[in-house]
Amino acid sequence: MRRAVVTGVGVVAPGGRNREEFWQRIVNGKPAVRPITAFDASPYRSRIAAECDFDPAEYGLTPREVRRTDRFVQFAMASATEAVNDAGLETGDEGERVGVSLGSAVGASITLEDEYVVVSDRGRRWQVDHSHAMPFLYQALVPSSAAAELAGRFGARAQATVVSTGCTSGIDSIGHALRLIQDDEADVVIAGASDAPITPITVACFDAIRATTPANDRPEEASRPFDSQRRGFVLGEGAAVLVVEELEHAAARGARVYCEIGGYAARANGYHMTGLRPDGAELGDAIGDALRQARLNPEELGYISAHGSGTVQNDRHETAAYKRALGQAAARTPISSIKSVVGHSLGAIGSIEMAACALAIERGVIPPTANLTSPDPECDLDYTPLVAREARIDHALSAGSGFGGFQSAMVFSRLREAA
Amino acid sequence: MSGDGRPVITGIGVVAPTGVGAGRHWENGLTGRSRIGALRSAVEPWAGPDGGPPDDSSVATAPVPGDVCRRPPVRVAGQVPGFSADQVGDFVGSRVRVQTDRWTWFALAATRLAFEDAGLDPERHDPYQLSVVTASASGGNEFGQREINTLWRNGPGSVSAYQSIGWFYAASSGQISIRDQLKGSCGVFVADAAGPLDALAAAARQLRRGVGAVVTGGTEAPLSPYALACQARRPGLSDTTDPVAAYRPFAADGACHVPGEGGAMLVLEDRGFAEARGGSRRYAELAGTAATHDAGDPVEVSGDCTQYARAMRLAIDRAGLEPADVDVVFADGAGEERLDALEVAALRKVFGDRPVPVTVPATMTGRLCSGGAALSLAWAALALSHDTVPPTVPPDGPLIDPGLDLVTSPRVGGGIRTALVVARGAGGFNSAAVLSVAS
Repeated sequence: MRRAVVTGVGVVAPGGRNREEFWQRIVNGKPAVRPITAFDASPYRSRIAAECDFDPAEYGLTPREVRRTDRFVQFAMASATEAVNDAGLETGDEGERVGVSLGSAVGASITLEDEYVVVSDRGRRWQVDHSHAMPFLYQALVPSSAAAELAGRFGARAQATVVSTGCTSGIDSIGHALRLIQDDEADVVIAGASDAPITPITVACFDAIRATTPANDRPEEASRPFDSQRRGFVLGEGAAVLVVEELEHAAARGARVYCEIGGYAARANGYHMTGLRPDGAELGDAIGDALRQARLNPEELGYISAHGSGTVQNDRHETAAYKRALGQAAARTPISSIKSVVGHSLGAIGSIEMAACALAIERGVIPPTANLTSPDPECDLDYTPLVAREARIDHALSAGSGFGGFQSAMVFSRLREAA
Repeated sequence: MSGDGRPVITGIGVVAPTGVGAGRHWENGLTGRSRIGALRSAVEPWAGPDGGPPDDSSVATAPVPGDVCRRPPVRVAGQVPGFSADQVGDFVGSRVRVQTDRWTWFALAATRLAFEDAGLDPERHDPYQLSVVTASASGGNEFGQREINTLWRNGPGSVSAYQSIGWFYAASSGQISIRDQLKGSCGVFVADAAGPLDALAAAARQLRRGVGAVVTGGTEAPLSPYALACQARRPGLSDTTDPVAAYRPFAADGACHVPGEGGAMLVLEDRGFAEARGGSRRYAELAGTAATHDAGDPVEVSGDCTQYARAMRLAIDRAGLEPADVDVVFADGAGEERLDALEVAALRKVFGDRPVPVTVPATMTGRLCSGGAALSLAWAALALSHDTVPPTVPPDGPLIDPGLDLVTSPRVGGGIRTALVVARGAGGFNSAAVLSVAS
């Protein structure tokens, strides 16, 4: 089986405009959550979010690119550019073997709502008036445009596609890249995920089901995965893109390798669009499958990047899944949730967490779970509270769980020599 | 993909303007009669929890005097018959109906029909051996419009608790996996109209990794007001009131198209899994897939057919075949001057001067976006099993290429063994799949 490695990492995250700022932010455990500035959030139940301070011009996007694209596409372009530069990849002549696999849960939601407000005259006209819309409205609203922009920017002429499995999109998109490389359909895949969901309709829809936290008074303390004082998740935004490359291809050009993608598995719980059974069976099954593909014993895991969204149901479901899949090793494996720092950016966060895993393996540091001061007694594993730890990590697992019942797991491993 | 390892298509579920159910769809399709018709009150008049539709929902299709933009940008479209909210009860229970958009109703219905057609009862199998992979280009259009509308009219408290699960692109795969207990690796691909072929390829990858059966395809419901407004400036869109003149792919004068709604789901199955469960139906086998991207300007039509032709050629190569082996092409048939010319050029690049039969039966349904290529797959699988090529509604007047062998009446009994299905998505997506007669 052809093997896939990570040779480039790019990140746009709240409180971290690039890979290095992001890494510092999560290692320091300093939450990037604040009152929403994107719009007037005063009528909403949850009025805080993890926002990016993002100027597309700073990343070299042209005025035309900015005009025709949603913020989530701009995040993707910025982080992909950083990743491709990091990998030293020049795609020119071999673009026919370079693909794009971009995840997004909600796509161009900001533009979708902004344009609707205009064409419907603030909801007064159900029969909307398209003559007031932006040019290229169709392309601006379909999420596939993110893949098209990346393909065009980097000359990627193998498959380009968007993977949209809700909040597991960011793991599944990298998983899709792994499959394309394993099955010899590409040698390089620009893979990651992006979401920019901080918009009235998205805030309102999570308000409606009380999934997001109402703890508006202390934004920096509001994202509290595994903590008994948590009150829901904090909405975030951002993107991460990895350069995923076939091992021999990377070796032939002397590329620096962060890690190998050891395994990837996905399951559905077949239970409920938003609810989770407390036993964690399906997520546990996905984790077990990913470990088998990586030929790992649970004891060999050095780090688990948790889904850790900070809802009671998730944190307990996930804890059960780790115990089910890892047995005794669950209690001995350091776990953390960087959502405590960068919030929950829906589909994007899976790739942001994979970027964190790649960096954790390279740098030998486990980023902490911020705000974990009084653990939920039912979440009794080692969630690396408050302070980062130095540790050699040979294998890192990341888990994701999302609406629709989707459960995904991926293993990153330090590249084993002389394979 | 070669030999015994090829997955087989064992069930087809169609929900399209040509009919609900593969049998009715096939029979109607053979008539070659367009099912495009006057745009009905853009889907359902809205009755929201706060008591009623927005002021002007009653004028769904009627132009407002002096304001030409306040009518939908198309007058005719392909619409699924018998599928209003009060008619879908056979397929979608009332509890799920309020949580979901019309596009998901299509997917739920098509999936049930496909499983029934395959004689596959999901309850009788290990749920991890089953999965669903769908394509969606635009998600829950009407649902999303309704909720954004109520937010801006009535404030945050008025937004439905189901907005978070009704509009997003994964809603159909999620609802299907829950209803039918499909707990293997599920997927959702967004590549505009090329998406269903990417979903099919992903389904085949799962079968290679041990899943037994995957229900895969795509549906779309792009006829609600905001969805239509988004398409208003797409090149080639027709505002004619004549259904037959509305979709004219490859016409030398005035190529054009209109949208439609619906799609199809297929049961793609590992051959051994199908044999072990005693399933006897085999429409076709999946011989090869490929996808490429133009990597050009994301908002302009590419001036170059190289990557489109490469996708076709790669799919044929991966099937272990030569272009000469292809008996029929289910073309994209965009109904737009430049895209049609590029498709003809790509076909020439792959097939040379050989006049390969080309059909665009979607001329009967309109362009279904992410439902379209799924319906093409259904059509191709039915064509192989019936040894009959379904027809294209021909444009009156000359074609852009006189050498194009456009099939305009059913071709019966030609011994067709291999079909190439192709699709393109706005922004430069090219996907292809080769289906062969089941061995």
